[in-house]
Formats: sequence, structure tokens, C-alpha cells
Amino acid sequence: MSDPLRGVIVSHAAVAQALLSAVAAITGVSDALVPVSNDGCDSGALTDRLTRAIEGRPTVLFVDLPGGSCLTSSVRLARGRADVAVVTGVNLAMLLDFVFHRDLSPADAARRAAEAGSRAIRTPAA
Amino acid sequence: MSIALYRIDDRLIHGQVVVGWGKPLNVQFIVLVDDGVRSSEPEQELYRMGVPPEIEVVFASGTEARDRLPEWERDPRVGILVSGDIATVAALTGNGHRVSRVNIGGLHHRPGRSERLRYVYLTDAEAAQLKALAARGVEVTAQDVPTARPVPLEDFT
Repeated sequence: MSDPLRGVIVSHAAVAQALLSAVAAITGVSDALVPVSNDGCDSGALTDRLTRAIEGRPTVLFVDLPGGSCLTSSVRLARGRADVAVVTGVNLAMLLDFVFHRDLSPADAARRAAEAGSRAIRTPAA
Repeated sequence: MSIALYRIDDRLIHGQVVVGWGKPLNVQFIVLVDDGVRSSEPEQELYRMGVPPEIEVVFASGTEARDRLPEWERDPRVGILVSGDIATVAALTGNGHRVSRVNIGGLHHRPGRSERLRYVYLTDAEAAQLKALAARGVEVTAQDVPTARPVPLEDFT
């Protein structure tokens, strides 16, 4: 059996680490996600951090914003690769779904994560 | 109004540019000057993704920027010009152009550079380039976001 997917959270400042902590607190799963911050990085240095985080494993990159340095480095890294997929707008709901569905292809896992994340965005009546 | 901010930032178009500066300045166009991005449609698409549709993004090579700068300076809209390296922006300050201020927004660690500010790393040659720019009458300050204090060149070179 192949390795389960790895998730790499790519964010500004400490958002990635905070999301990782929240996922671990809620699920007890602490080995499915790796946090990467863009602090102090130009695009080359951030790509190096991402490469180290991926470690050659099939991966979904969970990026905070649909633009900017986190996205540009992630997309450059994923270009032409079937083993790396990118999803933007990372939120806690999509990560909670992801850690229990890591037997998919990276592209399918990214699509599933995007759907799970979107479903969590609501405006409930108060 | 023309170009309100000439910025040197190796992340090019990103959150600090679009949101941090773009919102308070009410920016309506961004000029990204970079030869590599200018020649790559996929790279251009990446940078467009981070910009709301109401803001125009113009991609220019260094040569095109030197030619088109008067046009952007006459533009009635508010704009930001951003490039990732000092030499490209320095080349825009000659030839009678009216660039009076340059903002160092982010030059990050690379081999040979040393830390000058949290978000500014320079080689000695790059520091000398900035001093030469200032000697030509251009005000050079470092400031990542508008709410931060602008740091005068002499305080980080």
C-alpha cells in the first residue's frame, strides 16, 4: 500500500502552525500535516521550504490565499506533477475532512477539500 | 495621480502590495516590472490571481517600463509600480523621469546578503546601489506596510 497523502499548510505568519495545532487538538491526528510559513522568504526560499516539507511524498498543498507568495511558490512547485495538488482558502473544516481521507489521489483530495471547506462557510441566523 | 508608490519587493505582487498598500491608496492599477514574468503567460496568470478584477495589472519588461513610465505617470488613476530588484528600479529614475521616492518593501535572505532589517537583506553592492540612488536625489526608505514607520536609508545601510 502506498503512503497516505501528506498535507502541507502554506501560510502567512503563524496561521499554518495554528491550524495544525487545532487539527491535532480536535482529531488527535498529528502526523498528516506539515506547517510552512512564508516569513522571511522570497519565492525561491519558500519553494525550498515546501520541497523539504513534501519530502517526495504525494501531497496536497493547502494555501491560505488565492494569490500572493504562498500561492505562486506552491503552483510553481506543483506544475507538471501528478503527485502534488494545490487548494487555496485553507480553513479548519477542510483540514479536518482531509486528515480522514488521505487515500485519494492528490487532485481528488484537493477537490474534496475545496468542497468541504466551502460547505463550512455559512451565515447562520443568530 | 499617477504612480503613488515605486516599490522594490522580491515577492512582487502579494498581500502587502494589493491589500496593505492598495486599499489605503485606492490603487487602480499595478505595474509589475520583471523580464521573466513579462515573457511567461503562466507566471502572469499566477500574479493576476491575487488581484481583484477592478485593479488592472500591467506586465512590463525593464525596457518597456523605461519607455512607458511617462504614460503611467500621466495616468489619472492611482498606481503602484513594483519590481524585485534594485537595478531595475534604479534604471527608471534616470532619463528625466520624475521618480522622487523609492520604497524598499522586501528583499529577503539570499547567499551573500546580510540582514539590515527584518524584511531587508542586502549585499554590500546592493547597499551601494541604494546609496547611489539617494545621491541622485531619490528618497529611499524601507517600509513593508503603510502603518509601519518608514526607515531612512542611512539607518539600514
